[in-house]
Amino acid sequence: MKILVLISQVPDTTARIAFTADNTQYDGNGVTFIVNPYDEWYALVRALELKEAAGTGSVITITVGPADTEATIRKGLAIGADEAVRVDARPEDAYQVAAEVAAYAKDKGFDLVLAGKETIDHNGGQVGAMVAELLDLPYVPLASKLEVSGGTATVERDVPGGVEVLEVALPCVLGAAKGMAEQRIPNMRGIMAARTKPLHVVPATGQAALAATVRFELPPAKGAVKLIPAEEAGKLIELLHTEAKVI
Amino acid sequence: MSTIVFIDTRGEKLPKAAQEAVTYASQLAGGPVTAVTFGDAQGLETLGANGASKVIVARNVKAVDGQQLTRLVCAVTEATGATTIVCVADATGKAVAPRVAARLKAGHVAGATGLPEGGRFRRNVFSGKARAFVEVGSPVRVVSLSPNSVPITSGGSPATVEEFGGDLGAARVTVKELRKAGAGIPLPEAERVVSGGRGMKGPENWGPIEELARELNAATACSRPVADDHWRPHHEHVGQTGVAIRPNLYIAIGISGAIQHLAGVNQSKVICVINKDPEAPFFKAADYGIVGDAFEVLPKLIDAAKKLNAER
Ligand SMILES: Cc1cc2nc3c(=O)[nH]c(=O)nc-3n(C[C@H](O)[C@H](O)[C@H](O)COP(=O)(O)OP(=O)(O)OC[C@H]3O[C@@H](n4cnc5c(N)ncnc54)[C@H](O)[C@@H]3O)c2cc1C
Repeated sequence: MKILVLISQVPDTTARIAFTADNTQYDGNGVTFIVNPYDEWYALVRALELKEAAGTGSVITITVGPADTEATIRKGLAIGADEAVRVDARPEDAYQVAAEVAAYAKDKGFDLVLAGKETIDHNGGQVGAMVAELLDLPYVPLASKLEVSGGTATVERDVPGGVEVLEVALPCVLGAAKGMAEQRIPNMRGIMAARTKPLHVVPATGQAALAATVRFELPPAKGAVKLIPAEEAGKLIELLHTEAKVI
Repeated sequence: MSTIVFIDTRGEKLPKAAQEAVTYASQLAGGPVTAVTFGDAQGLETLGANGASKVIVARNVKAVDGQQLTRLVCAVTEATGATTIVCVADATGKAVAPRVAARLKAGHVAGATGLPEGGRFRRNVFSGKARAFVEVGSPVRVVSLSPNSVPITSGGSPATVEEFGGDLGAARVTVKELRKAGAGIPLPEAERVVSGGRGMKGPENWGPIEELARELNAATACSRPVADDHWRPHHEHVGQTGVAIRPNLYIAIGISGAIQHLAGVNQSKVICVINKDPEAPFFKAADYGIVGDAFEVLPKLIDAAKKLNAER
């Protein structure tokens, strides 16, 4: 099994969200960056498990990003990836990222390409599907379980009202969601090994973005909560009906 | 300027998200709207009420192979010369919209929350902690709509329904099994949600939550540890790693309001929090709050809801 895992760098889950003065860029000053949790905990760990179970194969991570993403990429190597690839470009939109990933992957013979279901900063959930289209492969978003046998992946995902079990022909691309694997904490050996594992920097092919995020804003501050005494709890229902008008 | 709207119409009745998307498409660009769908759904002509003049349905496609569906959408786009393609940001739309965008070299707005203002689409980013405004630079654009973002309009005349006869190729994704987890209102499209957390102490205590939900015509949800401990099914887990929802009403009972939980629910229009700890962080995000024991408060809420329903 040769598996490609898409890794993106995002602000830490609990980081303060702030933007530059003109509100056009995320302000990463003083922020800790991490591997996007869906990429790390689910996609990468499941890829490693599949490789370990098969006893052969390789797991390669790919990141489209400038040099300052390398510390994050090394984290992926510390967890157990064999090699990492960094496409040297600043990500502008999902299409550009997908096109760079597809350009790299197209002639490398990957059996499986795993992405996270979305990133926790842009929340787009687009890149995996776009890579699949550009490589002419099947894609399943929101995959919460993955087994591989022969030329077929069996994938489960939550759908409204239940769980759908899908069979997908390999090679394919999946968007990994919670449930696919358990988080692995890198150990000292992994961290030491990561320093010497190959991190290939490849030049971008120069794909253009098609959509642009031109401005960010923070949501308006919430007003204070209206407290209702517990003894008169029924009053809440009344207020929801007469005041908030939501029931 | 004609618009295509791709919708998943599987299920017993036409999903609310599909009707929202058709309404949205008819407001977005002006010009005729052609709805594109697949499967066995009946009553497709009623989408005319939401603004579709024609519905094209690929009857022989049953499952959710994004490649087949992308070919379908692109074929109709080409035939109609449409420059705007609307999808729903649900599991099916997420397999199709980005693919269509990549195939047509069209900019994609993922999860728009309303009509554009000054050519800019608003969407939520940083798990709902901020909003972004997106401009599409390409001649063709793909917009996927977050559920519960627009009120459904109705009133137009019935749409004509045509079957798609073209070749969509073989499916490489097939549905092997659908394990149903009970009926009820699907969480992503629910207008009201009653949710329980670890404060409910155990799965045996969910009766009152379900009863309140029934009285309010709401879906039920839960926090992550509740799903992780198998008190409730996984598809009910809301938050950053679970389902992100934006109902009109979210009632959180015995949930602390951790940042990762809030990430999936903070777009709700009205948030009510019931927690015995006055310092629970959820109160900061709430519109209404009750500091009290869930086991004492819930019966009072159920009684009041029953009374309200009886008066209506
Ligand atoms: C990367 C990451 C992703 C995560 N994703 C999610 C996610 O998607 N969704 C999610 O929910 N969590 C998520 N979590 C977990 C999250 O951080 C919290 O641990 C979780 O939300 C807590 O659930 P809870 O509020 O039900 O339980 P607790 O934190 O145990 O809180 C229980 C609350 O119930 C109250 N309570 C207890 N007894 C009563 C009573 N009798 N009456 C009234 N109130 C009572 C307590 O005061 C307390 O506030 C994630 C965590 C991480 C690190």
